[in-house]
Amino acid sequence: MSILVDTNTKLVVQGITGREGAFHATRNKAYGTNVVAGVTPGKAGQDVDGIPVFNTVRDAVEQTGANTAMVFVPPRFATDALYEALESGVELIICVTEGIPAHDMLRVYTHLRRGDQTLIGPNCPGIISPGRASVGIMPTQVFNPGRVGLVSRSGTLTYQISKELALLGIGQSTVVGIGGDAVVGSSFIDIVGRFDEDPETDLIVMVGEIGGNEEEKAADFIAERVSTPVVSYIAGFQAPPGKQMGHAGAIITGSSGTAQGKKQALEAKGVRVGTNPTEVARLVQETLAAR
Amino acid sequence: MALRAHGAHCLVTTSQGRRLDLFEYQGKQLFARHGIPVPSGEVAETPEAARAAAERIGGTVVVKAQVQIGGRGKAGGIQLASTPDEAELHARNILGMDIRGHIVHQVWVEAASEIVKEYYASVTFDRSEKKPLVMLSAAGGMDIEEVAATQPEKLATVHVDPLTGFQAHHARWLVYHAGIDAGAQAGVVKILQQLYQAFTEFDTMLVEINPLIWTAAGDVVALDAKVTIDNNSLYRHPDLLEMQLSVTEDPQERLAQEKGVTYVKLDGDVGILGNGAGLVMSTLDVVALAGGRPANFLDAGGGSKADEVVAALEVLLSDPKVKVLLINIFGGITRCDEVAKGLLTALDNLGATLPIVVRLDGTNEDEGRKIIAEQAPPNVVVEATMLSAAQRAVELAKGVPA
Repeated sequence: MSILVDTNTKLVVQGITGREGAFHATRNKAYGTNVVAGVTPGKAGQDVDGIPVFNTVRDAVEQTGANTAMVFVPPRFATDALYEALESGVELIICVTEGIPAHDMLRVYTHLRRGDQTLIGPNCPGIISPGRASVGIMPTQVFNPGRVGLVSRSGTLTYQISKELALLGIGQSTVVGIGGDAVVGSSFIDIVGRFDEDPETDLIVMVGEIGGNEEEKAADFIAERVSTPVVSYIAGFQAPPGKQMGHAGAIITGSSGTAQGKKQALEAKGVRVGTNPTEVARLVQETLAAR
Repeated sequence: MALRAHGAHCLVTTSQGRRLDLFEYQGKQLFARHGIPVPSGEVAETPEAARAAAERIGGTVVVKAQVQIGGRGKAGGIQLASTPDEAELHARNILGMDIRGHIVHQVWVEAASEIVKEYYASVTFDRSEKKPLVMLSAAGGMDIEEVAATQPEKLATVHVDPLTGFQAHHARWLVYHAGIDAGAQAGVVKILQQLYQAFTEFDTMLVEINPLIWTAAGDVVALDAKVTIDNNSLYRHPDLLEMQLSVTEDPQERLAQEKGVTYVKLDGDVGILGNGAGLVMSTLDVVALAGGRPANFLDAGGGSKADEVVAALEVLLSDPKVKVLLINIFGGITRCDEVAKGLLTALDNLGATLPIVVRLDGTNEDEGRKIIAEQAPPNVVVEATMLSAAQRAVELAKGVPA
């Protein structure tokens, strides 16, 4: 098993005729993901690599039975695309788009949380369940089927840690990039909770970074509710306070949100935190061996 | 304590990141557009202009340094002037002043206010609760975290549902619970509503008035303005985009701004280029663990093409403190062959001779390594892993022979 995406995923790609949308939809399909439809208003009847294009998400869902949507729409149209996906009834939405205004996401988030659909992202690399399905932009060659669940706010750091795991012969059940923005649809707690319920996930790797307090909240959640072992990594020890390091989310405000504070919060709850990606992989190996 | 997570008063960011901090006078202009009373004033860039402004405003004025950092008053950046002569003198002293690393290029000259009471009001984007947070305090003019710690009875807060918005009853609740003086309550209620409107309409991450004053004339007036805009929203605020006039002091940061590169200067000597904020932050950490000192944060971003890599290297190589460059790439959307091409082009164009340590992984890694191996520039070292690359870069920076 795996979480969120697998062989039952039927994917509709919003913005499929754009350069990035077409490229990644095609790559996801080549990986074996069941990409059943694409959406671009005004382009119904066309196809991208054999994937039929529809005018609206609702048309695509009605005619193909799509249950998952991936949003590849430019930021100024992405909020509309997210609401459209939500109203189509798909269970899961993965939003890759970077640069959506924070106030827009605040409203989307509030609306989303009143229902039972799931949003991953925005500003995220997507989800891969190695050997089963890949939805997003991750370089598939660094992931192998296995029993470690990985959840991260950063795309490239996800690849780095997966590569370190691969060097030790360790693969993943599912890898989830939740996105680097201040407001994302799913938190560490949401994803760690899903991994904990997955019988094929033996260990969870949680990759955080400076800014916000989602890692601290996850630390409490892990201590109280999670029985699967968790290993963590936090990036940004060298980030000076008050300096923004790229991600809108990666900002330190006041005394909270520092890498040191997050590390301490996690370790206080018994979560081992690696000092670099190589050490994280080693901690995973040790923890799995001790089981 | 919950308030610490919001850190309303200490939200200092660099303007080349994803947030735009406005100057006080720009914030006041936005406030005025929403009907929030602010003292009349003018911006001046020379002592003579400050004098002329003081003459036009008339009476006693305040000359205030325009910098995007707190502590102006303590640094002597805010002075009272009872005559135009005095205003000119103060402006002469304040212009060019260095306030915690920020050089003053402009002063704001405004009519002095007769203060009866100082309050505090703000709306923050509370990312933990995923809601706007409105804060009001009867203790203004001081650090709001200190108020929260020492006089919590004078601080009231309300989280707002972003779909239904801030209502008048929220404002009344805040005013009664923050202990605002009876005579000022109506004015504060009105300003809170206007402030929330400004918060949403301008896509801000923070609007803060500290102090919000109650004057002898019985008016409630915003005496200061701190406004931080979400850069992701600037496409729909062309007027705010114009305010993003660059007052960036640092030459590398200015160059990075021009080139559209996410760059933050630090104080070490190992220049760093990577892709993706998380990986770059991790690279800084690994360099520090290896005993080195990172010179900067530079995120070439996703899907970097050769041209963007050249631009990024231009920024790094323009910093005389950089002794060694560390390029750490994990290609996802970014292709390693593009990075390699960009590196070689930059070396040709800029003629850099300093040691460069390169680590390429991910999409098209073999092609990328091959491109570098074929040209084999004498100062470029390719390392297989992130850790070994960081160690090598630190050794080179310390002058240990390669």
